[in-house]
Amino acid sequence: MRILSSERMELRSSEDIVSARQAVRKKAVALGLGLVDQTKIVTAASELARNTLDYGGGGTVLLETLENGVRSGLRLTFEDQGPGIADIKQALTDGYTSGNGMGLGLGGAKRLSHEFEITSTRGEGTRVSILRWK
Amino acid sequence: MERIPILKMGRFLLVTIQVDMHDRLALALQDDLTSQIVKWKARGVLIDISALEMVDSFIGRMLGTIASMARLLDSDTVVVGMQPSVAITLVELGLSLKGIRTALDVEKGMAALQDAVGGADSTLSKAGRDENSQF
Repeated sequence: MRILSSERMELRSSEDIVSARQAVRKKAVALGLGLVDQTKIVTAASELARNTLDYGGGGTVLLETLENGVRSGLRLTFEDQGPGIADIKQALTDGYTSGNGMGLGLGGAKRLSHEFEITSTRGEGTRVSILRWK
Repeated sequence: MERIPILKMGRFLLVTIQVDMHDRLALALQDDLTSQIVKWKARGVLIDISALEMVDSFIGRMLGTIASMARLLDSDTVVVGMQPSVAITLVELGLSLKGIRTALDVEKGMAALQDAVGGADSTLSKAGRDENSQF
């Protein structure tokens, strides 16, 4: 897998979520994703960026354009140094929320992506990566 | 602070969301709308989201909260103009916006509000002097 471009953005405030959404949209358009696919990855990014901010206490998102043989795609990796997630399986369940959200963030972002990866260590932080192929 | 404008049209309030909303702007809209509903004794709220390229769970929750709060203040809410790509994404996200009334465009949304508050009788005749007033 070849990484064609990569850009890291800070997620420290709700304005940063808006900037991240706009940057993801730009990358998705540049990659040639259709409107529905653009909307899906932008929405997934918004959910995950909010998680990073609300539960992780802020962090970063890495936007990467990838190429794997004939396929190209957009990978987004959200990282925080927050408290971590105790039970990832539970956190992925629709309707489960530890905050005041609707509990659709993680599960929803997973459904809106082709590939989804999450690693979390208590007391060290959480890293969520999604990928949408063209 | 930046605000989303609320227009008064007769007994209804009209909001067109044209910016990519950050959280504080969304919360300010909730506050502004509820106080305007009370101030003008508005019977309906029409929210046009045709310019929104994305609705995530935060915005979805905000729309639901506005509809619930408006309901408690004796006002109906209709959300209009959702883009097809947004609708497809919302369903996959798992958000069905239960309890939120929708219409395809502003015209159909206004008709739905007029039906909901009991016909077009006084709505149009009383609307004259306040029409298009902005605050």
